[in-house]
Amino acid sequence: MAQSKDEVLAGLAALVNDETGVPAESVVFGKSFADDLDIDSISMMTIVVNAEEQFGVKIPDDKVSELKTVDDAVNYIVSAQS
Amino acid sequence: MTQPNLHQAAGSPFTRIIAVGAARGDLNVPNDDIVGPIESSDEWIRQRTGVISRTRASASVSAADLATSAANEAIATAKISASDIGAVIIATISNDVLTPSMAALVADRIGATPAAAYDISAACAGFCYGIAQADALVRAGAATYVLVIGAEKLSDYAKPTDRTISFLLGDGAGAVIVGPADSVGISPTIWGSDGGKWDAVGMDRPTREAFDDRDGEFPTLRQDGQTVFRWAVWEMAKVAQEALEAAGITAADLAAFIPHQANMRIINEFAKQLNVPDSVVIARDIETTGNTSAASVPLAMHRVLAENPELSGGYALIIGFGAGLVYAAQIVRLP
Repeated sequence: MAQSKDEVLAGLAALVNDETGVPAESVVFGKSFADDLDIDSISMMTIVVNAEEQFGVKIPDDKVSELKTVDDAVNYIVSAQS
Repeated sequence: MTQPNLHQAAGSPFTRIIAVGAARGDLNVPNDDIVGPIESSDEWIRQRTGVISRTRASASVSAADLATSAANEAIATAKISASDIGAVIIATISNDVLTPSMAALVADRIGATPAAAYDISAACAGFCYGIAQADALVRAGAATYVLVIGAEKLSDYAKPTDRTISFLLGDGAGAVIVGPADSVGISPTIWGSDGGKWDAVGMDRPTREAFDDRDGEFPTLRQDGQTVFRWAVWEMAKVAQEALEAAGITAADLAAFIPHQANMRIINEFAKQLNVPDSVVIARDIETTGNTSAASVPLAMHRVLAENPELSGGYALIIGFGAGLVYAAQIVRLP
């Protein structure tokens, strides 16, 4: 079922918090995973796999490197759900 | 004319790992010694890989030398004679020459001649591929005892400026003797390949191309870390679960979990996905040995037993996975 961007953002923020300890409230639009949130590539992949399960979408390996910001990830998931 | 029936061999119905031996590179290389060319830090390496230091071999020490040392320890511990060994299998990606095999050389050095001897190329899964073969050879009656060795000198294939895998790599060899048993000591092997990810990890250029390009560099190892990480954790967790089911046990029945020592983050996430209970000892030899490809599982097994001798006789889940991509997993009774 398609979710709103805000719903996906909230779910994504919780996943980021689970994996990295970064406060969920820091995961907001406009932030870069690597530069702003200090999330490394391995944590990013763990978040991606958990996001696939939570949001019911597929995120191929070659797409993961394109998800550089919170906006990229939320937009991809919302688009994949619809 | 009546054709006579052929004879066929039959071996022991059950097999087990009887003994294990280990040899690590003689040099201890801490992170600080290798961070310069990759513009990194001890903290960066520890955080991403869990590696504090890796063992590497001096220039004068070859992978075959390490294999010989590990084999001699395994033979002595098994209390068999080298002449009892019917086959020597070495899993390696770092033999100095394409042919002859490292196994033939090591078989001669340890006095196992004229045992059958051959190498297998299954990268980080190579040792567990070797266990599958040894188990089958002993049960088929092709050999009474099989020496399986994982031996690598990966420092020869590490590029100091590579930030994908080279800084993880170590040198070492682990060896086991597989032989007949009174009960099941090696479960069915779950193994396979996924050549669709052939280029996810491996050499950065073909050998021939490097030879023709006289000004170029010797081929070294590289990987697509994210692709390998996802496959190594979530796909391999399924393979490990299959191995447990094929053996008829659960993770709670394990004494030890001994995965390929690829990266501490992989090991930790793997154990989490597999729901390995706290009571199970998890091998984390990578911390001070590094990633030694085919040697990592037997080296880790040797260390687990050295640090926890009471686990002898318990079940261990061993799983190797790597370049190919290829994988193999078994449950084994620890020697």
